[in-house]
Amino acid sequence: MFDFFRIGKIFEISSKLTKYVFVLFIIVLTIGLTEALFLSPEDYKQSHSVRIMYVHVPAAWMALGIFSMITFLSVGTFIFKNKKFFLISKSLAPSGFIFTIIALITGSIWGKPTWGTWWAWDARITSMLILALFYFMYLLSWRIIENENNAIKISSLIIIVGAINVPIIKFSVNWWNTLHQGPSIKIMSDTTIHSSMLIPLGIMTAAFALFSLLIFLMKFNTEMIRIKNKGLDRL
Amino acid sequence: MNGYGLYVWSAFMFTLMSFASLYLITKLQLLKEQKKYIIKFGKLNEAKAAVVREQKINKEILLNTIITKI
Repeated sequence: MFDFFRIGKIFEISSKLTKYVFVLFIIVLTIGLTEALFLSPEDYKQSHSVRIMYVHVPAAWMALGIFSMITFLSVGTFIFKNKKFFLISKSLAPSGFIFTIIALITGSIWGKPTWGTWWAWDARITSMLILALFYFMYLLSWRIIENENNAIKISSLIIIVGAINVPIIKFSVNWWNTLHQGPSIKIMSDTTIHSSMLIPLGIMTAAFALFSLLIFLMKFNTEMIRIKNKGLDRL
Repeated sequence: MNGYGLYVWSAFMFTLMSFASLYLITKLQLLKEQKKYIIKFGKLNEAKAAVVREQKINKEILLNTIITKI
């Protein structure tokens, strides 16, 4: 069942894939930036400030997506006692954290011309800030806990507790009256965003996903070499 | 951009700078570990080095390090 997760195989693939992902990321990002900054139309209400959406929304999606993936992997670590899951989640976390910070900062920049304030203690924004704190605690647990087994247990627990926050972020705009607008892109019903904006948004999301993959591959290789370095010490 | 240029450009610049910073930090960490590995591998005697070279992952690390240096 876990043959796909064979560490040797993943390392072989990840070390070869990095340069191709980097080139693809640069190409997709260039197209995305051209579309987002110059070709996409301005909004009838928000004018050109709507362009911030092309970095804010993909960053928020990626931050939540990566946190959800890490949650599943952390549960897997506990159930199957499989450390390989953990190595993958540890490599995913840095990009997830950066995406959360980007979502918060660009959201704040977008908030000023739209709402007239840089920050509001509103349900969506506050729950995103809590997500950033959980990412930070996860990364910090690796820095401060020296025993690897303890680090695995504590960091996995942090993520599993933090997972409670994920549906709160998603449904905060439906459950409470917030400054933040409701979802424009829905899976179960019609999307309320025009294709001239939806296409650049899709391209930018693809670029962000490729960046996340690139960082994951590099981080995974680093972790693998670190393990092998410890192995050389024991020889 | 109808007066919104400062907001739009600063949001995009912040995003790109965050990407560049994370990429550089990750790349430097990778290079540091590769360098450490090569130093440790260089200190091994012939018999131990041969054992290490037999493992697929070690082969891959050595190959990648050589390519990076080229």
